[in-house]
Amino acid sequence: MADDNGRPEGTGFFASVDDVSARLAEAGYLASTAVATTVFLADRLGKPLLVEGPAGVGKTELAKAVARVGAARLVRLQCYEGIDESRALYEWNHAKQLLRITAGRDEAWDETRTDIFSDEFLLTRPLLTAIRGDEPTVLLIDETDKADVEVEGLLLEVLSDFQVTVPELGTITATRRPFTVLTSNATRELSEALRRRCLFLHLDFPDAELEQRIVRLQVPGLDATLADSLVRVVGALREMELRKAPSVAETIDWARTLLALGADNLDETVVRDSLGVILKHQDDIAKATRKLTLV
Amino acid sequence: MNAPATDARSPLAERLTGLVRALRGHGIRIGPGETVDAAAVLEALGLTDRERIREGLAAALLRADRQRAVFDAAFELYFPLGVGELTGTSGAPAADRDELRDRLAQALAADDTAALNRLAGEAVDLLGRYGTSPGSDGWSAHQTLDRLRPQTLLARILADQRAGGRGGGPGAGSGSGVGSGSGVGAFGSGFGGGFGGGIGSGGFTERLDADEIRRRIEDFRNRIRTEARRRVAERRGAEFIAERGIAPSADQVDFLIASREQLVELRRTVQPLARKLATRLAARRRRAARGQIDIRRTLRRSLSTGGVPLRPAYRRHRPARPEIVLLCDVSGSVAGFANFTMLLVQAMRDQFSKVRVYAFVNRVDEVTHLVTTGEADPAELGRRFAAEATISGWHGSSDYGAALGEFAERHLDAVGPRTSVIVLGDARTNGFDPNVAALRRVAARARRVHWLNPESPSQWGTGDSAAHTYAEVVDMHACRNARRLGELVTRLLPV
Repeated sequence: MADDNGRPEGTGFFASVDDVSARLAEAGYLASTAVATTVFLADRLGKPLLVEGPAGVGKTELAKAVARVGAARLVRLQCYEGIDESRALYEWNHAKQLLRITAGRDEAWDETRTDIFSDEFLLTRPLLTAIRGDEPTVLLIDETDKADVEVEGLLLEVLSDFQVTVPELGTITATRRPFTVLTSNATRELSEALRRRCLFLHLDFPDAELEQRIVRLQVPGLDATLADSLVRVVGALREMELRKAPSVAETIDWARTLLALGADNLDETVVRDSLGVILKHQDDIAKATRKLTLV
Repeated sequence: MNAPATDARSPLAERLTGLVRALRGHGIRIGPGETVDAAAVLEALGLTDRERIREGLAAALLRADRQRAVFDAAFELYFPLGVGELTGTSGAPAADRDELRDRLAQALAADDTAALNRLAGEAVDLLGRYGTSPGSDGWSAHQTLDRLRPQTLLARILADQRAGGRGGGPGAGSGSGVGSGSGVGAFGSGFGGGFGGGIGSGGFTERLDADEIRRRIEDFRNRIRTEARRRVAERRGAEFIAERGIAPSADQVDFLIASREQLVELRRTVQPLARKLATRLAARRRRAARGQIDIRRTLRRSLSTGGVPLRPAYRRHRPARPEIVLLCDVSGSVAGFANFTMLLVQAMRDQFSKVRVYAFVNRVDEVTHLVTTGEADPAELGRRFAAEATISGWHGSSDYGAALGEFAERHLDAVGPRTSVIVLGDARTNGFDPNVAALRRVAARARRVHWLNPESPSQWGTGDSAAHTYAEVVDMHACRNARRLGELVTRLLPV
């Protein structure tokens, strides 16, 4: 596919859905069908990918894995409350501009003016950095929901046309589209306009089979039977409506703990003693202890 | 195959637009832009793998996870697994109910998805057909489930597994779901391929078996429902079923008519209510804190810069502590709603320091101390109210007049000029005196009184409802589903 200017629209990292699964797996990220398909589509259609889901299911990790696979540089914009244009897009280097003006006292103002608003004095921030440059790029906009609503407006131009307008320089258009991933924990509803520009992927906890593969990939020394029981206990914990359901990262932590403890199968003592690794609230631990009849 | 999805008359494009129309009919907003994206998705993916098409279309068309259930159901109708009876893939179809149950038990034990899908098809075929004359016949999921009774298989599967686990040697059950397989030939190939549940491995995880099987059975019931819908859709047209047969997404389900499963699901969707409330309120407080320019201080400050007001001074708001009094009907008639009231109450307890909670049926009592933060089960909370607080007198039906009267009489000192009072209930007085005077007394003392009513405005004032009478005194808002509840709460609460 190509747009009006005949430029290829996609980022061209992957050849097919199977290719996505295989290469992500090589990079240490085991993708479900949903993830592989959506990543492939984002790559092929050149649309940003909005990933939503609970904390600790590997949203950020996905972007990093794609960057590793595509041998691309990873440009990351971490959103927080109060982030603004000068942090996300670009800023003029005022101090340097002042120095330049002072240094060239004798020259005509017109000359100075054209000079101080040139590339040299522009501080590029992540969004602009991702768009300039010719090498393959993965742009990760992390925790988009933490940013204020105004920043979303800023993102719209960047994400739909992959261009940034700097009044003094004109419009800068991407020569090569970055593979864009936005993550969100859904603490705030993102605006409809932003959602429309993205492909949507809800990343949930992996199913038992996938999670077991993840655990065995990350903790190679773990016994298969133990990994199986472990994943099942975590699955049962997630069904319990806890304040904080254990994430994949915590499953892996638990697996490491068990390995370090030298446990070769799960029993009541081991689970009771190590429950603190996967559950982070006292009420949750109490509830899990009760429901798993550990007392 | 790459059918040109752009040709308006191609069957694929028609199917896609049909799916989009069905989704729009269920309140999912999809613009033509997204439809074009979806067509591009079909072109990029090809038509070989149905699961990928499902995920791809979901990525292009959906904007939130809560829309997923509706999408899945509609997808099954417009992109069905196959046409007609799906027995071509299996060996001999099951001859009778008992054989079907045997094979179902095995498939459930092994968690063999392919076999379960096949069995759902066979079950609907064998047990779900009703009517004989063309036009009036069809397939019923309800009838299939009623005859098959998959839920009764639980005990048997567990018993088999315990026996199998002991016979096959304890500790077996690595990756392939061993432990279930002593001498069952029919689905041998199915077992080996899947990951299996590892059920029957004995030891610690044995206690999880029952829950896992229960989940799989529930899952199988859904497969049957999907299958029956698919078949009827084939006969009557997908649009007919898409309009009537797809359940609305959880946050749009009416509180008062939600089924038990829907309530559970609903509770999950509003679980993060407290967190959302916190972020939104924090944002509003921040905005409100900017305040107005204080002219006097700005001018005085400007003297140090030669009369140029460089740094404006703002009039600071003194952060008032918002006080909230919640008055909740917890009677049986609004049970579904009361559950959410409890969630709301918990969420507010997390966010506001000065919240006082009163519950009533026909007498009112303070329950603030009973609402502990972090307790996740609203039903449990309801029971605790009933046990530890005096909320009903001689009978168990709600009496708003008496409850409001008692509140105005005994607890009016909880309400002050800075207090927002929120009443939650359906305003159905069961024929008792509504006692508007008591509510008026409360409203006169409070800063604002809001009433959230789980009934739609068209039902207000019908039968024993005193909604209109109360609405003359206080602001009454219809609050029928979880989405509306979230909206109202963030809008109405004081900053």
